[in-house]
Amino acid sequence: MTHLGYLIVGWGVSLAAGAAYAARLITRGRRLAARVPTDRRRWMTAKDAS
Amino acid sequence: MTQTSENATARTGTGSRFTFWLGVAVIAGAVALVVLGFFAAPADDEQRDAVRMIFVHVPSALLTYVAFSMTAVGSLMWIWKRSLWWDITAHAAAEIGVIFCALTLFTGSVWGRPTWNTYWDWGDVRLVTTLILFLIMIGYLSIRASGGDEEATSTRAAVVGLVAAVNLPIVNRSVEWWFDRTLHQKSSLTDGNLEDMTLFTLVVGIAVWAAFFLWAMIHRFRIAWLERELRVGDLDEAIIERRAEALHDESPVL
Amino acid sequence: MLRDVRLVALKDLRIEWRSRVTLSQIVPFAALVLVLFGFALDANRPVLETATSGLFWITVMFVATMAVQRSTAVEINDGARRALLLAGIEPIAVFLGKTVAIAAQLLVVQVLLVAGVIVLYGASVGQWVLLLATCVVATVGIAAAGSLLGALVAGVRARETVLPILLLPILAPVLIGATRAFDDALGSVAVDGWAWLGLLAGFGAINLVLGALAYGVLLEET
Repeated sequence: MTHLGYLIVGWGVSLAAGAAYAARLITRGRRLAARVPTDRRRWMTAKDAS
Repeated sequence: MTQTSENATARTGTGSRFTFWLGVAVIAGAVALVVLGFFAAPADDEQRDAVRMIFVHVPSALLTYVAFSMTAVGSLMWIWKRSLWWDITAHAAAEIGVIFCALTLFTGSVWGRPTWNTYWDWGDVRLVTTLILFLIMIGYLSIRASGGDEEATSTRAAVVGLVAAVNLPIVNRSVEWWFDRTLHQKSSLTDGNLEDMTLFTLVVGIAVWAAFFLWAMIHRFRIAWLERELRVGDLDEAIIERRAEALHDESPVL
Repeated sequence: MLRDVRLVALKDLRIEWRSRVTLSQIVPFAALVLVLFGFALDANRPVLETATSGLFWITVMFVATMAVQRSTAVEINDGARRALLLAGIEPIAVFLGKTVAIAAQLLVVQVLLVAGVIVLYGASVGQWVLLLATCVVATVGIAAAGSLLGALVAGVRARETVLPILLLPILAPVLIGATRAFDDALGSVAVDGWAWLGLLAGFGAINLVLGALAYGVLLEET
């Protein structure tokens, strides 16, 4: 395979950045959710409330 | 149906059953994309294997423009209709768009080195326009992060979003005139020069990136929602406390 | 409404004239930048001559951010923004007035800068009409975008740093277009400067309309 170095860098950085951002979103969401009272997390409580 | 398990996952963060399975699909899709992109799709006659960069570059570029369009629409809807939903959507799309845009620029230059023999070409319209858009959207995010009054920040950000959208055609035109030449392929999807397998892989790539975009949008939207709830909640509490204090102070006088 | 525009513009210009900030700080700053470019390019005459147009407009961009900062600071102190609204002046008039004031200051600086590049960089003007038209038309666009973004960052805590981040990328087409038009006017590169003038006019028109529409929203809600 030609240009393997370029391909690994391009694909690697893209996948790594996506994974890192996804991980950050999840941890950020968990930390925030823990601080918000259950009755104000609208999309999570819609079913329990009804 | 199975409420207990759903609540168990829901309570721990911004996920839901839908985002969980969407996330699983994105991971599976990414693995499939690597396999397809590196082994199933054929090498190009001219570019050889460098052409495989198309499967990360083109989808991220496409989704960048989808994201920034959503920011523009959201900005308009905030100013016009005071739609909180659109305001949060605009913010979420801008953040994800900036990341996708950075990846587009990065994979573009890494791809450009073996094929155009240069990391960066000032004469390329799409490249330079995308860079300027990237810089403007960084400004958008810094306005979003500037703090202060919630609604005022949303309005400021919305105006930046509109300024960016309105000026983009003229940025594009100026760059186009500036260097009357372009290295970019016209449009890889429509000119029919792609091999069947390459085209199929590209469509898979776009689908995977779009699914990831949707997944990230949902999570980012909910994070923004929680942040807002937290600030509003804190404010409510502060007002109650302050009121209690005031009542307490007054009581001896009465 | 024209009366209000004049009122706001004259108010800003009078403040500038009395505080002497433009004269004592912005003009020397512009001259300083010209000199520094001379050092940076090793006082190399041929290089300076080819780069003159670009260096001129880069300097104008820096000066523009300073002028917009000033124009914004004037409104923030003592809640002058509220007072303007209470005085019953329409937001559009405020926007146009402040745009005119910024444009006037930029034009003064540009007159001195043109003299500067002729003396320091050895530039020779081939087409005065094109040069003047470029200055005026580009300045209208810069001032319109500048006064809109100035109002936008007015209530932001870190506005001194946020403003350039927002303003400079938006002004990219002006930098490209005005530089090319100057290249033609100075005879350094063979391009059609008048076509570029059209692009600058388009930029100015778009941002004037956008500012007129968005300024009221910013003034009332932030």
